Amino acid sequence: MKKLLIFLKDYKKECVCAPLFKMLEALFELFVPLVMAAIIDTGIANADKPYIIKMCLVLILLAVVGLISSVTAQFFAAKAATGFSTKLRHALFKHIQSLSFSEIDQIGTSTLITRITSDINQAQSGVNMVLRLFLRSPFIVFGAMIMAFTIDAKAAMIFVFTIPALSIVVFGIMRITMPLYKKVQGLLDNVLGITRENLTGARVIRAFNKEADEQKHFEETNEQLTVMQKFVGKISALTNPVTYVIINAATLLLLWTGAVRVDTGVITQGEVVALVNYMSQILIELIKLANLIITITKALASANRIAGVFEIQSSQHVENASDSSNDASDVSANDIIVEFDHVNLAYSGAGAEALSDISFKVQRGQTIGIIGGTGSGKSSVVNMIPRFYDATCGQVLVDGRDVKTYEFDELRDKIGIVLQKSILFKGTIRDNLLWGKKDATEEEMTEALRISQALEFVEKKEEGLDYMVEQGGKNLSGGQKQRLTIARALIKKPEILILDDSASALDFATDAALRLAISRMPDSPTVFIVSQRATSIMQADKIIVLDDGCIAGIGTHDELLESCHVYQEIYYSQYPKEVAL
Amino acid sequence: MDNSRKSSQKATLKKVLAYISHYKIYILLSLITAAITVASSLYVPILTGNAIDYIIAPGNVNYSAIAAIIIKASVVMAVTAVSQWIMNTCNNKITFHVVRDIRDEAFKKIEILPLKYIDAHSYGDIVSRVIADTDQFADGLLMGFTQLFTGVLTIFGTIGFMLSINAGITAIVVVITPLSLFVASFIAKHTFSMFKLQSETRGEQTALIDEMIGNQKVVQAFGYQDDALARFDVINDKLQNYSLRAIFYSSLTNPATRFVNSLVYAGVGIFGAFFAINNLLTVGQLSCFLSYANQYTKPFNEISGVITEIQNAIACAARIFELIEEEPQVPDRKDAVTLTDVKGNVSLENVSFSYVPDRPLIENFNLNVKPGQRVAIVGPTGCGKTTLINLLMRFYDTDSGTIAIDGTPVMEMTRTSLRQSYGMVLQDTWLKTGTIRDNITMGKPDATEEEIVEAAKASHAHSFIKRLPNGYDTWITEDGGNLSQGQKQLLCITRVMLCLPPMLILDEATSSIDTRTELKIQNAFAVMMKGRTSFIVAHRLSTIREADIILVMRDGHIIEQGNHEELLAKNGFYANLYNSQFVQVK
Repeated sequence: MKKLLIFLKDYKKECVCAPLFKMLEALFELFVPLVMAAIIDTGIANADKPYIIKMCLVLILLAVVGLISSVTAQFFAAKAATGFSTKLRHALFKHIQSLSFSEIDQIGTSTLITRITSDINQAQSGVNMVLRLFLRSPFIVFGAMIMAFTIDAKAAMIFVFTIPALSIVVFGIMRITMPLYKKVQGLLDNVLGITRENLTGARVIRAFNKEADEQKHFEETNEQLTVMQKFVGKISALTNPVTYVIINAATLLLLWTGAVRVDTGVITQGEVVALVNYMSQILIELIKLANLIITITKALASANRIAGVFEIQSSQHVENASDSSNDASDVSANDIIVEFDHVNLAYSGAGAEALSDISFKVQRGQTIGIIGGTGSGKSSVVNMIPRFYDATCGQVLVDGRDVKTYEFDELRDKIGIVLQKSILFKGTIRDNLLWGKKDATEEEMTEALRISQALEFVEKKEEGLDYMVEQGGKNLSGGQKQRLTIARALIKKPEILILDDSASALDFATDAALRLAISRMPDSPTVFIVSQRATSIMQADKIIVLDDGCIAGIGTHDELLESCHVYQEIYYSQYPKEVAL
Repeated sequence: MDNSRKSSQKATLKKVLAYISHYKIYILLSLITAAITVASSLYVPILTGNAIDYIIAPGNVNYSAIAAIIIKASVVMAVTAVSQWIMNTCNNKITFHVVRDIRDEAFKKIEILPLKYIDAHSYGDIVSRVIADTDQFADGLLMGFTQLFTGVLTIFGTIGFMLSINAGITAIVVVITPLSLFVASFIAKHTFSMFKLQSETRGEQTALIDEMIGNQKVVQAFGYQDDALARFDVINDKLQNYSLRAIFYSSLTNPATRFVNSLVYAGVGIFGAFFAINNLLTVGQLSCFLSYANQYTKPFNEISGVITEIQNAIACAARIFELIEEEPQVPDRKDAVTLTDVKGNVSLENVSFSYVPDRPLIENFNLNVKPGQRVAIVGPTGCGKTTLINLLMRFYDTDSGTIAIDGTPVMEMTRTSLRQSYGMVLQDTWLKTGTIRDNITMGKPDATEEEIVEAAKASHAHSFIKRLPNGYDTWITEDGGNLSQGQKQLLCITRVMLCLPPMLILDEATSSIDTRTELKIQNAFAVMMKGRTSFIVAHRLSTIREADIILVMRDGHIIEQGNHEELLAKNGFYANLYNSQFVQVK
């Protein structure tokens, strides 16, 4: 929670003013019983009507000043709370974006989404409430006690014992419920997860007729949540009755003591009324406080969950480029654009290494094919070039520099990558293409679409480039999405183009046309093609064959066909007929 | 405008009440304990007042009477505390159960919504309705319960007790207080629209978050973080603006009503004092009145606070009900038959279908697939091959025409039995959170260990599963995050392998599996397809050549139909496509 307080930094004025005005309001409230005691002891006892009227006007004046202070306080509190949550959301969103792939894989998206939405909302209410009441309430409580002392020290001693007793109850219950609220949030996460999953997997769930099972599963999880909520609710529900008992016991004690003190002539009857009034002010304040504690407990639990995300730091840092800068000078000479130098990669949480001892060099402008079995590490290799994952040992060099020495933007600007899963965003086709290059012209877009074999279908859309793509590209077919994602990467005019099995939904003819078009691009980029199909990579300048995270062979199609056993197997599995001939 | 909003609010409230009415007993108990709590807590000030009247001046204190009052007050206090706890517990129970019911209902709806709805709405928005809106609603409901009941009861109880002491002062209190309600309702009216705007903007923001955070990898690959943040900030600032107003307006209620409260207090003070001077009221009774004046207006404060909270809750509830009341898919007919013993004859007669009414896609399509035949669907990328699958599986219904299985139109059979007859492997691999085993047995929950392993071996998934930390019991996270695309695909195939339905739909199923593994799978498929009617969205020449019927699709239309030789002889689009198969990059 403490860490989140910095988001209130720009609202110092509000954070000071809100409680201050609240305290002012409370202060005026504290005078009320004294005025009333004066009415009883002076006004009523002496039958002094003008005095009574005067005192009542004082009461009204106190109320007006109280109202003004309170409205001011509410405004400052609301401003600080919404400002806080806005800044916090901004920072959290930014932070999540800075996390590397490994961290995101680990945390999972749905948790992140709850934290940035409902958790922050809870935290916002918490801040608002704290500013409004957490200072006001203790102020009234202690203020009432001090006022009691001004009346009679002995009677006021009852306040001295009551207040700690109340605090123990209130804070004790808070301590118990806090971790429980955390559990409630966790269970809510599960409910959210299932809901999301049933939307993304609606087709499969229905194909397997699992609707009823899923519903049962949801209901069970939902029930767990409800049970937990009820349990926490039961404990929180104790706060009110227990504080009520304590306060009233104190009031009764006060009456008895008051009786004795009046009998001995130390205080007046009106002052007993004032003491009782102070006690009931405390009660009213505590009831408010108890209701608020629920809000605040929830807010704290949420705040901790948010802070938890902030604590996760990206494991990737940009390293000092000094030691490799001299390498850069002679790079252009041999023109090695990408180099893997004894690279190993192990994903966090995974036992075995995904890649081991990968070494190869790629010259500028070459086309590299990467082929291998499922899980052989093809994607891992290409994912390391834009530094989505870091090598556990060894070095990946781009333009002769270790990728770790690049600023992320600098590195990724050079690279156009098309991921296995084609993802498009809500917006027009144009919007999606602009991801690749913010200031792309109409011609550049048309060109990119032409190369990616997407021009035809885009032109067929009535709206052309302004065709609205729904979230996740749901209104496009798999092949259309793939081609648009390729266009998006091409429009960058990258030095390195990576196609990570991104033509899988294309038919052979389109796939071939795509490769042909790419090879004919003006300043033809260095291309990495990851594929399952031998045809897609056969023509490459160099083919890297991977097997179980190791390089099984590097060479041209003909060389590999001669020497590499794994490649032969792959190739002949696809062209059995040719073998037979 | 104002009226329609009010009536829609009322309609929502009615629906909420329908849910609450399931817990009549608890509501009754809550009401009874609320009455006890209020009555006994209102009785305490009277006792206190009485005690004060026994404390007049030095030498004029009646100790025995005071002691009797204290004992009486202790008992009343204990009763109050116990009944209050029971009341709170009941209210908790009602609230959480209602929320649970609503969530269950919403989820149930998600399961039967037409795919059209799911395809057309952002997941984030739907999720935010089920989770965040329901949560807000719960908060409002709970506050409503705990404070509205007791509030109303306290008001009437206090009036009763006050009348029993002094009618004149009671009249003063009763006259001033409605002001409080007036102020509160004025504020509430202005707050509601802000809460609605806030809730809408939150939905918008959640959708963006869902998209950007959900696809973080692409965002990073394109260095789009700054743009995403900029877009986020636009909504975020808008939200700040609405939230500030919503919170500030709603928080005005408290000070405003408290001010009215102070006026009441001053009024009681002045008239009470005058009455006391004329010996119409004792000091103890005045003290009792003062504490009533506090208690009496407090519920007004609370009720008005609760009203804004409830309005917020209703705005949220309205969004949930919008989802719950969404038109579900056409239910199975009452006389729908259960498809058993499927031979696998699939016929489509004059089928027409389009996603958008004015853009016809499939028109008057006819096809007759005999049991065991293999249908390959080919065509350039994006020609609408998945549309056919949507229709076969009844994810979407045809606009006209009939699809029949073994002569029974699909509209006349249960969806369950129809879908059970198909084994489907989609291009988009989806796995659920759970163990590998859970995922494999989706189609056959009672499968034995041997069957599972056998199926996994047949689809060549066994070897990689075995290598996972916990083998078949390895937990897969959200959407199979920790598996490779190929591994996910293998699991999807295993899933179908295990239950082996009489008909198959394979949508580019093997696109992410390397050719070596694929060859093995092809063999397994061949076994699987033997005697089974199969629809294959095909890319591989061998699959296409071996198919009994080839459907050539283009731009959503089926333009040619026949077997390989026939289509080649036609020398049309297919022949063209076939001849371009071996275009090579020169």
